[in-house]
Amino acid sequence: MNATAAAPRARAAAKAVGTGPAAIATAGLRKSYGAVTVLDGIDLTVRAGTVFALLGPNGAGKTTMVRILTTLLPPDSGTAAVFGADVVRTPEAARRHFSLTGQYAAVDELLTGEENLVMMGRLNHLGGAGARRRAAELLDRFDLVDARKRRVRTYSGGMRRRLDLAISLIADPPVIFLDEPTTGLDPRSRRAVWAAIARLVESGSTIFLTTQYLEEADQLADRVAVLHGGRVVADGTPAELKDGMARTLVELRFAADDAYGAAAALLSGPDVRAEPESLVLRVPGAGDAAQVKHLLDLLEAHDVHISRLTLSEPTLDEVFLSLTDPAAHHSAADTNQDAT
Amino acid sequence: MTATATAPPAPAPPPPPRHGRLYWAAADTGVMIVRSLRQVARQTDGLLIAVILPVTLMLLFVYVFGGAISTGTDAYIDYVVPGIILLCSGYGAALTAVSVTADMTEGVIDRFRTLPIMSSAVLIGHVVASLLRNTFSTLLVLGTALLMGFDPKAGPLEWLGAAGVLLLFVLAMSWLSVVFGLLAKSQEAAGGFTFFVLFLPYVSSAFVPTDTMPAALAFFAENQPITPVTESVRALLMGTPIDGSLLPAIAWLTGITVVSYTLATTLFRRRAAR
Ligand SMILES: Nc1ncnc2c1ncn2[C@@H]1O[C@H](COP(=O)(O)OP(=O)(O)O)[C@@H](O)[C@H]1O
Ligand SMILES: [Mg+2]
Repeated sequence: MNATAAAPRARAAAKAVGTGPAAIATAGLRKSYGAVTVLDGIDLTVRAGTVFALLGPNGAGKTTMVRILTTLLPPDSGTAAVFGADVVRTPEAARRHFSLTGQYAAVDELLTGEENLVMMGRLNHLGGAGARRRAAELLDRFDLVDARKRRVRTYSGGMRRRLDLAISLIADPPVIFLDEPTTGLDPRSRRAVWAAIARLVESGSTIFLTTQYLEEADQLADRVAVLHGGRVVADGTPAELKDGMARTLVELRFAADDAYGAAAALLSGPDVRAEPESLVLRVPGAGDAAQVKHLLDLLEAHDVHISRLTLSEPTLDEVFLSLTDPAAHHSAADTNQDAT
Repeated sequence: MTATATAPPAPAPPPPPRHGRLYWAAADTGVMIVRSLRQVARQTDGLLIAVILPVTLMLLFVYVFGGAISTGTDAYIDYVVPGIILLCSGYGAALTAVSVTADMTEGVIDRFRTLPIMSSAVLIGHVVASLLRNTFSTLLVLGTALLMGFDPKAGPLEWLGAAGVLLLFVLAMSWLSVVFGLLAKSQEAAGGFTFFVLFLPYVSSAFVPTDTMPAALAFFAENQPITPVTESVRALLMGTPIDGSLLPAIAWLTGITVVSYTLATTLFRRRAAR
């Protein structure tokens, strides 16, 4: 419809063929606070038009990383550039290429949603009329039309986040930084924010987001990097990462010793964790319908009765453990063997 | 690694600015002033205090203490009005500290800093809003005073002079408040500064002549900025000789403004690199 629509299309094309210019590139990025090394040599490249997730637990250094990339914090050493503009040497040039939505919603509580958007439009030098037009578009797109005349103080957490995301789009920046966009939201608001982020993707922007949730990275990102101990310990597509990660466990509970014994014999394998005392078997796998059906069919064919079946997702801790020490979940068995 | 060496061109370069730097600096500051004014106008408790405080103080000083305080002038109200104006506008200016701390601690500032604007415009916005807000509250105090029998003797030139000194006072206190706002780690801490400012006029010649105080207190009162500022405003409004208080007042206020402004912009930049 307008001139700016051409750029997203070009970026979408770049994404489709899997190559594109580097939207964000860092080399050897380091940052310490006193004796605490938060980032210990980070090399990352994010292709234009893709969604990149930096995954890590609380305190991993995600916000520090985002603040360096957005010119707010100088690194101790190393370089970082957004579309070729060095964030330390040419911060003003770098700032033209991105918008930032920080970890805590940066909206003005005493202003209405509409006033927030128009103000940010003006500060992005769209002019009065331009800012109002853009604000109207974004209110509509982020489902905030009804709330536009209300002060943000009265908004729910999810609405605030949506407004925050709308603000990040006001100047149609090529790169959008989102620091923990869903932390602290209830599941329903989280889904609404995911949908809103998916809409950002449609506009062709490059998105750099941070998250503590594996599921979120999986849902939203083309590529995920896991930050742990100041380093990127894994980097790849969500599918690639999950292959190397702890997997879902199907937990089978039995009512009787003989059923447990029969099942243990049927399902024995190197990864199956057996707990004879509580009559529980834990079988790792995809955790999908096919695997569950296979298990149930197998046990039914041998007349083994299960009293209870539950699925447990790997916790992020297990994921980090398996990434930082791939032998970790075998180590208990290994030490047992060594001891005998 | 090779990707970092060759910098690809940005896909959507922003249109070149049609206006000069100065135009945008002014426009951005204007947006920030409107923002600050809206915030002020919508903080109902703050507004209530701005109205109730001057009126209550006036009633208190004139009717409760007025009979007991002897200032050597005919009517105590003519003596005390400049002090109450300073107390109220000083307190009003000090509230700037709370707004600045809120901006610095609530993430808004990070977003402003990543915009292509001179981000200290946000500070200027708060200060200008403070000037406008306190002009309003000063007029309110004056109106109340006139209703209660305040009888100024000033001609147009003296009124202008008094307004100038008061504006300079608010400017100085506002920039000082910005400094405290930038130093404070929480809004509560910033609120503490407003109490300090509220307290200063009591140890000056604002409400009682300094020669009624114990020696040490009198020494402090005579050498703190509120005293020459009050004396100047009082002299200008009541048409009495200005007695060499105008120069010290202007020197104090200009000094506070320059030092605070410099400190504020330095602190603001330093906090960027945290
Ligand atoms: N200004 C600071 N001073 C000292 N330590 C800090 C500062 N900011 C962050 N840290 C420390 O750096 C580490 C990483 O913080 P952060 O980047 O906020 O992590 P995340 O966003 O992944 O939760 C934490 O241990 C935190 O305590
Ligand atoms: Mg964080």
